[in-house]
Amino acid sequence: MTTTQEISLQTEPFVLNMGPLHPSTHGVYRMRVTLDGEVVLDIEPMFGYLHRGIEKLMEERTYTGCIPLTDRLDYASAMGNNLAYCVAVEKLAKIRVPERGEYIRVITAEMIRIANHCLAVGSMLNDAGALGTPFFYLWNEREKLYDLFEMLCGQRVLHNYIRIGGVSQDLPDEFLPALEKFVPQLHKFINEFEFFLKQNEILIARAQGVGVLPKDVALNCGISGPLARASGIKRDLRKDDPYSVYDRFEFDIPTAENGDCYDRYRVRMEEMKQSLHIIDQAIKKVPGGPFRAKVPQIIRPPAGEAYGHIEGPKGELGFYLVSDNSIAPYRCHIRSTSFINLTALRQMVKGWKIADLIVIFGSIDITMGEVDR
Amino acid sequence: MTTALSAKEIVSKLSAEFPDAVKEAGADSVLVKSASLPAVTEYLKTADGLKFDYINYITAIDYYDYFEVVYMMTSTEYNRSVTLKTRCETRNRPTVPSLAGIYQGADWQEREVYDLMGITFKGHPNMKRVFLWEGFDGHPLRKDWNK
Repeated sequence: MTTTQEISLQTEPFVLNMGPLHPSTHGVYRMRVTLDGEVVLDIEPMFGYLHRGIEKLMEERTYTGCIPLTDRLDYASAMGNNLAYCVAVEKLAKIRVPERGEYIRVITAEMIRIANHCLAVGSMLNDAGALGTPFFYLWNEREKLYDLFEMLCGQRVLHNYIRIGGVSQDLPDEFLPALEKFVPQLHKFINEFEFFLKQNEILIARAQGVGVLPKDVALNCGISGPLARASGIKRDLRKDDPYSVYDRFEFDIPTAENGDCYDRYRVRMEEMKQSLHIIDQAIKKVPGGPFRAKVPQIIRPPAGEAYGHIEGPKGELGFYLVSDNSIAPYRCHIRSTSFINLTALRQMVKGWKIADLIVIFGSIDITMGEVDR
Repeated sequence: MTTALSAKEIVSKLSAEFPDAVKEAGADSVLVKSASLPAVTEYLKTADGLKFDYINYITAIDYYDYFEVVYMMTSTEYNRSVTLKTRCETRNRPTVPSLAGIYQGADWQEREVYDLMGITFKGHPNMKRVFLWEGFDGHPLRKDWNK
């Protein structure tokens, strides 16, 4: 008689191509996954399907003409990209933004953070198997924010609103009352949403302890944003390197210790509440005066270089600009958050099952437009 | 607030440790010899009182006469940042030592610089193109590309 040990079959790893057109890859991302049965042994990320050469295109446009290109980086948080670019140009050309402009910027930047987190949390839950329901509840709130953006600048998704030295146009009269009405409503929604999901068995089973990113690995990989804060790195550029007028607001930086998918979800939900808190304070303090500094349409910053960065919804978003005193940047490098945050994916998924890979990938929150540029 | 560690302070520390690594000190950046880059970075990352443990970005600029590779590191403990630069004078296969062994975050960013600017990072474990396909002609961020 033969024992089971003697007839055990020889196995070999199996390579699966995931993407670029896979519903859970959030765009056109592809990975070659090496599997042992269901268990992920290794992954090799491949991207570039959406590479448009934005850094090269910027070298042939005026400084103002580059702003619409930044919208198309992370199209889920276009306002944040506009802001990061303008902060860098203002640093290069030493332009001061009027108070009213700064407050409008803070309000819009926090609104886009909420909109982005709605999408991030929603799609992560979608990936975890909570198909549809939570996603569309969040989508609903995001839609209301986009209505407000439309009221503000006529654009819903790609705003092109923030300009060098301020913003493109003043707040319409009906904007602040509408926002003031919306803030408590959204706060109520977030609390309700959390009530349903905080102890939800499916979410806990699929996310708690899954895809742990240790603090030292996160730091070494250059991870920033909610992903880093969920791993216990208390770093937020709004506090650590304040830009705009963030030093005048009171808010906390939510962090977590475990660095798993569940913590990332928690940190994002808490951040949405903090953003609402900031918006609340900003609405009450918006001063009068000009919304934009007197800046010519075509500017020639003095020769030199500057790096401007902001705490975008996904993490540190920076623009490194080199000027040769001409009307276009000599070189513009984009420190893209999604691209660098994706570095840690390989270490996070090893040893997990392929179904967990989808959740872990969703919990990073990336946009392919920003990865590929 | 993240204060850039003044180039003066860095230079005085570095020149004590590495007498001939520093070529030039700008207002807020330090230009080092490319050969001593890994040793300098390792020192910045581990030395007491510096601890630059987080890499912000790596990029390269084409100035026709030379390529400049720029690194920015931040110390999350002391909340300070430093910008390091190095140069390669040749246009034909320029090479810089890789930092991928020191910062894991450098891995993909160096591949990106290789892909778009054509600078090879010596010692990198996987020096392949990252956005463009293998067989793409040239490196598009070079100023003389497609001219």
